[in-house]
Amino acid sequence: MTEYEARIEVGHRPGILDPQGGVIERALPALGYGNVSQVRVGKSIRLRVDADDEGAARAQVEEMCARLLANPVIEDFSIELSAVNHR
Amino acid sequence: MSTRVGVVLFPGTNCEHDVVWAVNSIGGSAELLWHADPDLRGVDAVVLPGGFAHGDYLRTGAIARFSPVMDAVSAFAAAGGPVVGICNGFQILTEAGLLPGALQKNAGLKFRCQTVEVRVETSASVLTSLCERGQILRIPINHFEGNFVCDPETLARLRAEDQVVFRYVDNPNGSADDIAGICSEGRNVVGLMPHPERACEEVLGSADGAVLLRSLLTRAPGGPGVSPGVTVAAGRPGH
Repeated sequence: MTEYEARIEVGHRPGILDPQGGVIERALPALGYGNVSQVRVGKSIRLRVDADDEGAARAQVEEMCARLLANPVIEDFSIELSAVNHR
Repeated sequence: MSTRVGVVLFPGTNCEHDVVWAVNSIGGSAELLWHADPDLRGVDAVVLPGGFAHGDYLRTGAIARFSPVMDAVSAFAAAGGPVVGICNGFQILTEAGLLPGALQKNAGLKFRCQTVEVRVETSASVLTSLCERGQILRIPINHFEGNFVCDPETLARLRAEDQVVFRYVDNPNGSADDIAGICSEGRNVVGLMPHPERACEEVLGSADGAVLLRSLLTRAPGGPGVSPGVTVAAGRPGH
């Protein structure tokens, strides 16, 4: 078994309202950053799983995202995996 | 014997006593059901009240659907039992897959706490069987995540199947198609953002919510039944 760290990013699906992103996008020009656009606010979730290989770990984390960590009606997700190096 | 209504208490629920009070005040018999208890104790109807179940961590309603009581609620709903989710309860029902769609943050990022007018769009649901289609009710809302959203196919189906139960007269939160409440295909599961339990006595500013809870008592198996011509299962107008 190998321990993998998963870095999961949960964001709004295209077309879903992101009011926090909108507020930030309107705030930044007040600080002089008038060249900012497309601000989106999401969630970052990190967790570790023990799995036989990276494919198995990814399949399990994808299932967690679909069943709990993201709501497929309004959110999408991306997953980055890396093996944890224990010394 | 009066109709028994189970009001589910999750950690973080905060409207349960309002619902109990309102149900009892119109002749029902309400009792609290603890979320960790997988038994509905034979109640005739279930209400998931408002609040912040499990702190609304991750997403509103996301954790509540894993409470042991929800398996019993799902089975009860599948058997045709009346289930109503109010506000946070509506959010829980969508997360649990008992109703389609989701409730996202209000457009404009405003927490809305006000009395609104909602229009009853169908009398063919467990919560509106005593209402007239087109009837306007004044009922308070109190939410940050009440902006109903679903994919276009789901919205088309909700409209075609007469599953939109309430619409806002003046949309306060950006909700798709002005939707304030919907029902399941079986019409026995209803979710709505407005709080009928807070509008059951004139002293509270409106008693318009009482007809909804009376409908629920009437529809429940232990209730007095429905008068002829007000059938719920068959009553699907073609618009």
